[in-house]
Amino acid sequence: MAFVTANWNPLGEAFYRKIELYEMGWNLKDGLRECLVAAAPYGGPIALLKEPQRRSPSVRPQLEIYSSSGVAMASFPWKSGVVKQLGWTVCDDLLCIQEDGTVLIYDLFGNFKRHFSMGNEVGQSQVVEAKVFHSPYGTGVAIVTGASRFTLATNIDDLKLRRLPEVPGLQGAPTCWAVLTQDRQSKVLVATGADLFILDYTACTAVSPPGLSPQATSIVHMCVSFSYKYLALFTDSGHLWMGTANLKQLNVCVTFFFASDRHFIPSYHFSWCRRPKSQQPSVVIMWDGHILVAGECKNTISYHLEGVSILVPELDGVRIINGTHHELLQEVPASCEEIFKIASMAPGALLLEAHKEYEKESQKADEYLREIKEQNLLGEAVKQCVEAAGHELEAETQKTLLRAASFGKCFLSNFPPEPFVSMCRDLRVLNAVRDYTVGIPLTHTQFKQMTVQVLIDRLVYRKLYPLAIEICRYLKTPEYQGVSRVLKHWACCKVQQKEEADEVIARAISLKLGEAAGISYSEIATKAYECGRTELAIKLLEFEPRSGEQVPLLLKMKRSQLALSKAIESGDTDLVYTVVTYLKNEMNRGDFFMTLRNQPVALSLYRQFCKHQEQDTLKDLFNQDDDHQELGNFYVKASYKEKAQIGHLQSAVDEYNKAKNEFAAKATEEEMRLLRFQKKLEEEKGESLVGFSLHDTIRTLLAVGLHKHAEQLYKDFRVPDKRYWWLKLTALAEKEDWEEIEKFAKSKKSPIGYLPFVEICVKHHNKYEAKKYVSRVTPEQKVKAHLAVGDLEGAADAAIERRNDGEISTVLSRCSPSTDRALVERLNRAKATAAKK
Amino acid sequence: MAAHLSYGRVNLNILREAARKELREFLDKCAGSKAIVWDEYLTGPFGLIAQYSLLKEHEVEKMFTLKGGRVPPADVKNIIFFVRPRLELMDIIAENLQPPREFHILFVPRRSLLCEQRLKEQGVLNSFTNIDEYILDLIPYDGDLLSMESESAFRECYLENDQTSLYHTAKGLMTLQALYGTIPQIFGKGECARHVANMMLRMKREFAGSQNQILPVFDTLLLLDRNVDLLTPLATQLTYEGLIDEIYGITNGYVKLPPEKFAQKKPGEGGKDLPTEPKKLQLNSAEELYAEIRDKNFNAVGAALSKKAKIISAAFEERHNAKTVGEIKQFVSQLPHMQAARNSLANHTSIAELIKDITTSEVFFDNLTVEQEFMTGVDTDKVNTYIEDCISRKDPLIKILRLVCMQSVCNNGLKQKVLDHYKREILQTYGYEHILTLNNLEKVGLLKPQTTTRNNYPTIRKTLKLWMEDANEQNPNDISYVYSGYAPLSVRLTQLLARPGWRSIEEVLKMLPGPHFEERQQLPTGLHKKRQQGENRTTLVFFLGGVTYAEIAALRFLSQMEDGGTEYVIATTKLINGTSWIKSLMDRPEPF
Repeated sequence: MAFVTANWNPLGEAFYRKIELYEMGWNLKDGLRECLVAAAPYGGPIALLKEPQRRSPSVRPQLEIYSSSGVAMASFPWKSGVVKQLGWTVCDDLLCIQEDGTVLIYDLFGNFKRHFSMGNEVGQSQVVEAKVFHSPYGTGVAIVTGASRFTLATNIDDLKLRRLPEVPGLQGAPTCWAVLTQDRQSKVLVATGADLFILDYTACTAVSPPGLSPQATSIVHMCVSFSYKYLALFTDSGHLWMGTANLKQLNVCVTFFFASDRHFIPSYHFSWCRRPKSQQPSVVIMWDGHILVAGECKNTISYHLEGVSILVPELDGVRIINGTHHELLQEVPASCEEIFKIASMAPGALLLEAHKEYEKESQKADEYLREIKEQNLLGEAVKQCVEAAGHELEAETQKTLLRAASFGKCFLSNFPPEPFVSMCRDLRVLNAVRDYTVGIPLTHTQFKQMTVQVLIDRLVYRKLYPLAIEICRYLKTPEYQGVSRVLKHWACCKVQQKEEADEVIARAISLKLGEAAGISYSEIATKAYECGRTELAIKLLEFEPRSGEQVPLLLKMKRSQLALSKAIESGDTDLVYTVVTYLKNEMNRGDFFMTLRNQPVALSLYRQFCKHQEQDTLKDLFNQDDDHQELGNFYVKASYKEKAQIGHLQSAVDEYNKAKNEFAAKATEEEMRLLRFQKKLEEEKGESLVGFSLHDTIRTLLAVGLHKHAEQLYKDFRVPDKRYWWLKLTALAEKEDWEEIEKFAKSKKSPIGYLPFVEICVKHHNKYEAKKYVSRVTPEQKVKAHLAVGDLEGAADAAIERRNDGEISTVLSRCSPSTDRALVERLNRAKATAAKK
Repeated sequence: MAAHLSYGRVNLNILREAARKELREFLDKCAGSKAIVWDEYLTGPFGLIAQYSLLKEHEVEKMFTLKGGRVPPADVKNIIFFVRPRLELMDIIAENLQPPREFHILFVPRRSLLCEQRLKEQGVLNSFTNIDEYILDLIPYDGDLLSMESESAFRECYLENDQTSLYHTAKGLMTLQALYGTIPQIFGKGECARHVANMMLRMKREFAGSQNQILPVFDTLLLLDRNVDLLTPLATQLTYEGLIDEIYGITNGYVKLPPEKFAQKKPGEGGKDLPTEPKKLQLNSAEELYAEIRDKNFNAVGAALSKKAKIISAAFEERHNAKTVGEIKQFVSQLPHMQAARNSLANHTSIAELIKDITTSEVFFDNLTVEQEFMTGVDTDKVNTYIEDCISRKDPLIKILRLVCMQSVCNNGLKQKVLDHYKREILQTYGYEHILTLNNLEKVGLLKPQTTTRNNYPTIRKTLKLWMEDANEQNPNDISYVYSGYAPLSVRLTQLLARPGWRSIEEVLKMLPGPHFEERQQLPTGLHKKRQQGENRTTLVFFLGGVTYAEIAALRFLSQMEDGGTEYVIATTKLINGTSWIKSLMDRPEPF
């Protein structure tokens, strides 16, 4: 344990440590000399382009891709134009920015994906310098051309090129520049000589950092921190300026003693070295085999370097890569410092000591524990140990710290177990991915920032599927976010294996994915289709449980019939409609109709569509199905919409006949007859009748006194007597044609009886007329009739005569206190006798 | 406020809150002031989810109804169209657009590729900043009632073979399960029920892996096709709420009543200035008195009202007993509640009077007599003179259709001669255009010619005890009280499913249309409910194609039965009654 602090160096209040991550697995003859190198942050892959300037076709530069531990992943000769800059996207794709402004994108394994251009105007002036940057909006690219113009794309996946305004007085390349992300916008900070400008989409603004030494005649280097919050500037006068990136606040301005006598060569590197909650701002400057850490104080730490190295800024430090080694330089995290600093009395340090003594079975363990407990700091101690474990890269050190934490926990009640448990889990995962064979040297801080999801993605990009699945299972990631996702990627990769037969691949995929939930087979199938394997795609789609998802791809592959049945299977009618409309445009009408005919669900939906949108097509549909009933209905409907009524109705009759619907045919014939009659009468008498029902027609005729015509309709249409009598009675009563009613009543025996006569007269407030018919009412209805005309006595007589209990009660209920007493008594008596009976 | 939604066995307010949250999120997506252009059909259902105040809080300043022409001028940044995914509406929207404003579309209940395609054809698809969907399938209607408020669902499913609403039903049930847990048991009867269950099971497979870990609230789901029981909606409902709906029609929880009875009587004014605007009342269980009487047989409502009147006046009398300051204070604090109760009592007394005028009329009585004759199987095979008379008098067509259909259903189809006679009478009296409506009724099976001589309705009636001679209207002991004798078939099926199970009525089930089935949905381990001794089961009964208030009353009656063992939550595509139902099936060709 004593050697934990061996690689620590003090700088001001804080310590810095340089840890070896890997001895590089690659075998580079000349180290990194004359190489264009790009290493992705978060322990990402490294790309090397050797001698990028070489252009002769016989000796092409070699592009090589390695993991962070130097394990080769791809290598191929570079055949395109001169590359100015390499960079990595957030999805581990390699960007190669060429002199002519073209950007080529390769995947981790050197497969070409696509390319785009940074604008046509770049062509002649050429890219002088380019930078790849990351922001919340994705990966961006910025270039500056020989014509001193900047062009910027914030997100290469949603390419929008922004040509930034000109910088006044700038000719050729600027002395130095950097990309900032501020206020949801990417900006460029440019230095020409001692002048500093901020370029955004619309303007070029001159800025001056507060407190920058006036002796400086030129800003030679600048760098922005990982979080875009801080900026460091280095001047030719040897001043280092560190402040906030908005240039409003100065943190430190240091002058280096060597400033005057050192000449900075261009192959320097300059980077921030901070961590979240850093104790002090500090930057790392590298040149000529030296590396220098500078902070707030006058002192610096300097290291010697072997061979050409590069600096890779990280969230919590800087990685240093050279031809043989890969190291991490960072400020020692607070918890580690507390525990391991010589003679530290921090609770964590004491707990570690206590545990050591406990292992030795020494009673000192108890003393140490007591000391912590007396200060009530045991919880704090455990927390420190757990935290420090997270920051240590050596598995042994991690274990020691975690054991100490676990030991301390035993003496605490109510200490939440989650931080300890999740730290153990995280570390297990981190140690696995830090392994030389995987080569992702993530720190715990980076891992938390990056999230498990992204880590899984990274492993998937590297095709490390088994490890990714193990991690998902181990961390209990919900299946559809974890295992299923990995399997999907695996399958997408699998379908690209051209040497294997469709069946073999389909079977392998279904075997492996069979039990995983929430797999989107349609995505895999889409991939297969994109690789030109339509048959395989169709086979894979069969496994897709979401029928709806299958449809768009099937349509794309021109399997429209299959798409239709899948759409129907999904039950989503909108989807069915979509396919139907597609089919309609794709096929000729005959085939289209035939297809629909075999799919009744689609057919009825299409009918619905036609009913509202295309009436004529509807007719064709019925025709092709020989659906004469519906055709008949169709013509009936049409007859109400268009003027050529009779014609339509005749067509309807024909269709109904073909459909063997005798009733409908006859009824429609009747309708035609009525229509002809109405039209004729309209012409003759000027009575508006068209549109009336038979009933209303007769009624109108009676109302205007055309009794003969009414009579004719009654006979022609064989209107039942009862209904005709009702009809005529009502019509006459409405006219208050009492004379005619009386005549009508006497014309023959009423089929509806005479009660309606009584009631209708009463309804029209003519009791006098009503009374005329009371005597003719059948005995059963007599009481009702008498009551209707208000003749209580008559009603009583009738009821008593019929000795009907119910009727007597009805009459009684109509009696009021003002009614004749004798009558009431008579009724009561009759009721009594009726009841006896 | 919607507190009444949370009183039931299942807290339906969760669903409402989820819907409101989604609405707010959408509104906030369109930053700045906004105007909403409504598909008129949606305003009613939306009223059950959110009042204007919610919209106002999210900067909705104006509201318009969607119609042809341009959006009326309004000084707002955003115009949002709330529409159903219908092609004809897309054309109207296209007409409405008028820059420079930001336009958005919210499809209810679902986005439609077809509509977006239409907008594209109209060349306006790119004018919209947001095209979104607002998944509003099942709307909480009351504490134990969910409705999709889809008027045409029955027509679409059974007449036009358009199963869109069934897809929405299945989706709605998935949403419900996401909030209330997977329903372990699914029963069903009918073609549509089968289709919905199939879709649900498929969707479950699709969502596999993203399963929610919620303890199931519902034990059972029962899916019932409306066409399994065509009879019930045809009969006149005799519960209080049912009658209000039959006579005045309840739409989206509101009823409009003739104003005369509600006039504020002030001394000296003597009947002048009667209000002419109809009185609009909201009807739900938030109103204590209404919750108490809504499901009673109307004949028992009078007694309940007078009892309530006594209680209220007794409560007001309390003030004389209040002596100390404390007592008076307590009395005063109860005043608002008492006054609300008194208003509610006054309202319902007026409504009851209005209804009583109708139920005591001869017309109502005669109609009911014929209905009951049909339901008990009296002379269902002959032409009925009462119907003939009604046609002769040209009574409203829907009344005639209800009766004829009822006769047909109770006779398992009419003799060809009888059927043709009715049809001819109807065509001659009401116009030949109704041949289309009659055709529709035949297609859905409400009217049909007898194909076999065997009429199985009597068997069904007897086995399921659909007619109870001695229905007790005041203190019911059986669901048949809701129709004063007739026990709704659908509810009887539900009742028998709970106890003793459908196995006992296999024969009858086979006589009813469509398959019956049972499905089980696997629950994740650890979510199996441990039932307490005596704890009731909860069953969700879903009526595909509509449900009547009387059926709901019958189910509530079953829920409240002691030793019933099951509590019911009801869901449906739409609340219907015989009139609205038949109306939805009518075809009215527009005259030229």
